[in-house]
Amino acid sequence: MITSLRIMMRSQKVVVLCSIILSFLLIITILAPWIAPNDPIAVNLANKLQPSSFEYPLGTDHLGRCTLSRILYGARISLGFATLIFISSLGIGLIVGTIAGYKGGWLDQVLMRLCDGVMAFPNLLLILGLVGILGPGLKQVILALMLVQWVYYARIFRGMVLSLKEQNYIAAAKISGSSQWKIIKKHIVPNVLPPLAVMGTLEMGWAIMDISAMSFLGLGVQPPTPEWGAMIHEGKSYIRTNPELMLYPGLMIMLVVVTFNLLGEALSERFGVKRR
Amino acid sequence: MGTYILKRIMAIIPIFLLAILLTFGMIHLSPVDPAEAYLSAAHIQPTDEMLAQKRHEFGLDQPLHVQYVNSIIKICQFDFGISYLSNKPVWDEVTYRMPATIQLALGSIILAVLVSVPLGFLAGIKKNSGIDHFSRLLSFFGASIPSFWLGYLLIFFFSVKLDLFPVEGIGTWQHLVLPSVTLALPLIALYTRLLRASVLENLQEPYILFARTRGIHEKVIMGKHVLRIAISPMITGLGMNLGKLLTGTIIVEAVFSWPGFGRYFIEAIFNRDVPVIQCYVLLAAGLFIISNLIVDLIQMCIDPRISRKGGQHQ
Repeated sequence: MITSLRIMMRSQKVVVLCSIILSFLLIITILAPWIAPNDPIAVNLANKLQPSSFEYPLGTDHLGRCTLSRILYGARISLGFATLIFISSLGIGLIVGTIAGYKGGWLDQVLMRLCDGVMAFPNLLLILGLVGILGPGLKQVILALMLVQWVYYARIFRGMVLSLKEQNYIAAAKISGSSQWKIIKKHIVPNVLPPLAVMGTLEMGWAIMDISAMSFLGLGVQPPTPEWGAMIHEGKSYIRTNPELMLYPGLMIMLVVVTFNLLGEALSERFGVKRR
Repeated sequence: MGTYILKRIMAIIPIFLLAILLTFGMIHLSPVDPAEAYLSAAHIQPTDEMLAQKRHEFGLDQPLHVQYVNSIIKICQFDFGISYLSNKPVWDEVTYRMPATIQLALGSIILAVLVSVPLGFLAGIKKNSGIDHFSRLLSFFGASIPSFWLGYLLIFFFSVKLDLFPVEGIGTWQHLVLPSVTLALPLIALYTRLLRASVLENLQEPYILFARTRGIHEKVIMGKHVLRIAISPMITGLGMNLGKLLTGTIIVEAVFSWPGFGRYFIEAIFNRDVPVIQCYVLLAAGLFIISNLIVDLIQMCIDPRISRKGGQHQ
């Protein structure tokens, strides 16, 4: 009892801390055009590879572009597209999971075996395979990520529908005259929200990591668009003279991924959700 | 037990056929027309006549099911077609690059096992000690750090600043150190975590208590009972994560300019070299299926309960 209370307190702290970091990042993402000191894609070769100064707080890259501005705008790409992937894979998962759970039978079997198959392979391998067919580019990477990540949500929603069909307390609530809306609000949502929250936060971290990895390989975001993985790719040639060019964007990726992972872990500890 | 092994081996055949079907569908879904890609790679201005001739040569004018059967037969003979780019058989190109990737993968697996087995075991038997906290920190950051960035950090510290290891390339054992460490860290994170969890779980088992009441020496209990049983989920993890290792090699090869299969695959994606992409996907699937089979068989040898379960299914 005391240990579980301690775990709760500790996870509470972590959740608060992570939420603060994430809201800070969210503000950066939204306000990037107003707080960025310079145009992130304005090339100025006379100013290339400058150290940090008042005009360029983190210096400039090999094309004289402001590193800080590029990092701020890069947050828009990473967080923005990760959110897009989250929402759309949640939507696909909702539809597929509901159909599978509701219809049951062979359709359920086929859909769930498909999910097993997708889950068996690491995401990046599937994404690379899909990008191999569709061709390199940000749109294709986003599409590939959506096609891979919906399976986790489909599982959760299928479980939800099954419990809706079979659980005794749902039947009991129905018999005792609860309205459909009340059953959903009181019994279904509290059950489905914790795994969804855990899955969602962990998935945001993976999506950001995968987008930046693909951009690093040159298959995702195309220049001159600022993106953290692409910035590391561009900065690697200057590792001897200007290591900060690859250091800052890497730190940002790690900060975001660590925050999402910590939050996901704290939430799963808090709600007692088993991680896969 | 023999029939169980045979059954498991037979069961992978339909999975292989399905994987071939998927990659076969991939070529037909891809917007690249093989005949056109082939001609443009050879710098020939494609005319309708030549396209038709090439399509006939590739067998693309035959009905789909005939093409599918043909591709199965070809793949069984390790014929993955001809690269659009280099005009050479894909399989030759792949086998030429494979040893470098295998070297890298083996290096990091060995490193990962050497680090994570003692670390995970000690962290498990000494819960909440300093080494346990260290192992948890390592597993957390190992899972969160992007490997391409880690690679450059290592290059920066150990090659540029300290000048201990070469920046990139292949050849001596020094060349292998940094890429292997980069590739091994996520695996170390995973295996340490797995082993720690399974040691903790094992310590709760009644047979440990029984062994202790019999007065068996603690060292013997740890070595014979805890570690031996606890290692079993790790072997599963090792097999299950070969795929992770594969994607890892793609990124690490890009960072360290390692002339392996992964870099070849990325180049193929850029050049829309579909036969190479198809070959990579098929080999990845094959590796995956076979490694799962091997893991199952090893598990069966370690833990006789599994084969008995297999027997019950018959």
